[in-house]
Amino acid sequence: MYSEQVMDHFMNPRNMGEIPDANGVGEVGNPTCGDIMRITLRIEDDRIVDAKFKTFGCAAAIASSSMATELIRGKTLDEALAVTNRAVAEALEGLPPQKLHCSVLAEEGIHKAIDDYRARQGAPEASGG
Amino acid sequence: MTDGGRRLVYLDHAATTPTRPEVARAMLPYFSERFGNPSSLYALAREAKEAVEEARGRVAAAIGAAPEEVFFTSGGTEADNWAIKGVAAANRKKGDHIVTSSIEHHAVLHPCRALEKQGYRVTYLPVDEFGRVEPGAVEEAITDKTILVSVMAANNEIGTVQPVAAISEIAHDHGVLFHTDAVQAIGAIPVDVDAMGADLLAISAHKFGGPKGTGALYIRRKTRIGTFMDGGAQERGRRAGTENVPGIVGMGRAIELAVGEMPQNAPRLAAMRDRLIRGILDAVPDTRLNGHPTERLANNVNVAFRYVEGESILLMLDALGIAASTGSACTSASLEPSHVLTACGLPPEHAHGSLRLTLGHRNTEEDVDYVLEVLPGIIGRLREISPLTPER
Repeated sequence: MYSEQVMDHFMNPRNMGEIPDANGVGEVGNPTCGDIMRITLRIEDDRIVDAKFKTFGCAAAIASSSMATELIRGKTLDEALAVTNRAVAEALEGLPPQKLHCSVLAEEGIHKAIDDYRARQGAPEASGG
Repeated sequence: MTDGGRRLVYLDHAATTPTRPEVARAMLPYFSERFGNPSSLYALAREAKEAVEEARGRVAAAIGAAPEEVFFTSGGTEADNWAIKGVAAANRKKGDHIVTSSIEHHAVLHPCRALEKQGYRVTYLPVDEFGRVEPGAVEEAITDKTILVSVMAANNEIGTVQPVAAISEIAHDHGVLFHTDAVQAIGAIPVDVDAMGADLLAISAHKFGGPKGTGALYIRRKTRIGTFMDGGAQERGRRAGTENVPGIVGMGRAIELAVGEMPQNAPRLAAMRDRLIRGILDAVPDTRLNGHPTERLANNVNVAFRYVEGESILLMLDALGIAASTGSACTSASLEPSHVLTACGLPPEHAHGSLRLTLGHRNTEEDVDYVLEVLPGIIGRLREISPLTPER
């Protein structure tokens, strides 16, 4: 049912974990639906220097978060925001139709983490993280 | 068991069982040699007819019925559909109310839903935390419009055995028919239509070492029930369609084996079941047993691991050659976790982390060792990935 890429990212997830000094954090999903993703980013000079994830969910959810963090590492914020759920699914050589929401969740997680970073920067007392 | 050199531990016998070799051997002559249509008149056909009747006798003997009370179907789902829709149609003048449980198989729940759309009313009884229907609740649910009570003999997901004798007694006190889906029960617990008080009882061959596509509905004499499949005069005019002769022969052989071996097999499976349950609960924290601690099928293990999701567990087990099942939504298109676990009061996030292991005839103590060796590591790995896992 899953592509080799999905199985590879599921069995050997990239960027799994949590960045201790993250300056952008996004958590999406809910336990009722069986998917929660927590994306942590380290952003310096408008560029994502590190990205990590923790995910509760099925193989597609874990693989989507693994692939999504791979795709945004080293990218500027605008480039990262241009990474769509479709790009995540394509990089995984496709997802079953009922699992496409996992790639949507990964996109949302990244957007939420970048929003969090920008909110922190914009906040009056923001001190760079 | 190996699959091209790869280790294979099959622990999904509640889904289906391998057809036993002696069953397949008994079926073989009925494909190409004794292929006659039992409804025809020549010797070849009589041979097939005799084989069907011999199998009917075996099925009847296994469940304490008379042969003429056994009707072959295409499987458990058809038997359940026939029982429920057939009773509803034939008793419409008497009433329009059915009582069932919230943890029935979809083969019972969905026919009930279909009847609701036609104007029937259905009460779905709740269960306790162990998945048991309280007989007193059946008493309260029955009205003067009730025509059928349908409660399964044992649950397919959590293995909880229901107090069907007590429930059928209540139904009969009110003059209401009682149907039980005994699909998971054959060969696992004693099934006797009189002891259970069943007017109708559904079974499926592939759950006890027989072939897929063959089942039976037991219909007690004088039970008011309509036909479900209209056509030829097979099954004494009550279930049309040329008999699945090889399947029926296989079912007869399989039920004889399963019920005959139960006194030795059930305790052996129960010992492996208990070793699995104890071993898993001891090795993995934040884990609970789903279903009843004692009133459960000898072959059923169902546990919920917190902080992880079932499909992920299944795929990691599969990578190590272990075939299992889960009540997580992620294996279905519905996004809803198991209705059985939810009815037992399990919050959805725990239901998502459920794992069902169902043992069978070929499983060995080595299989149990292997699962206990690899499963804690799989849960540990997934918990490392999960953001829900508390810091320790």
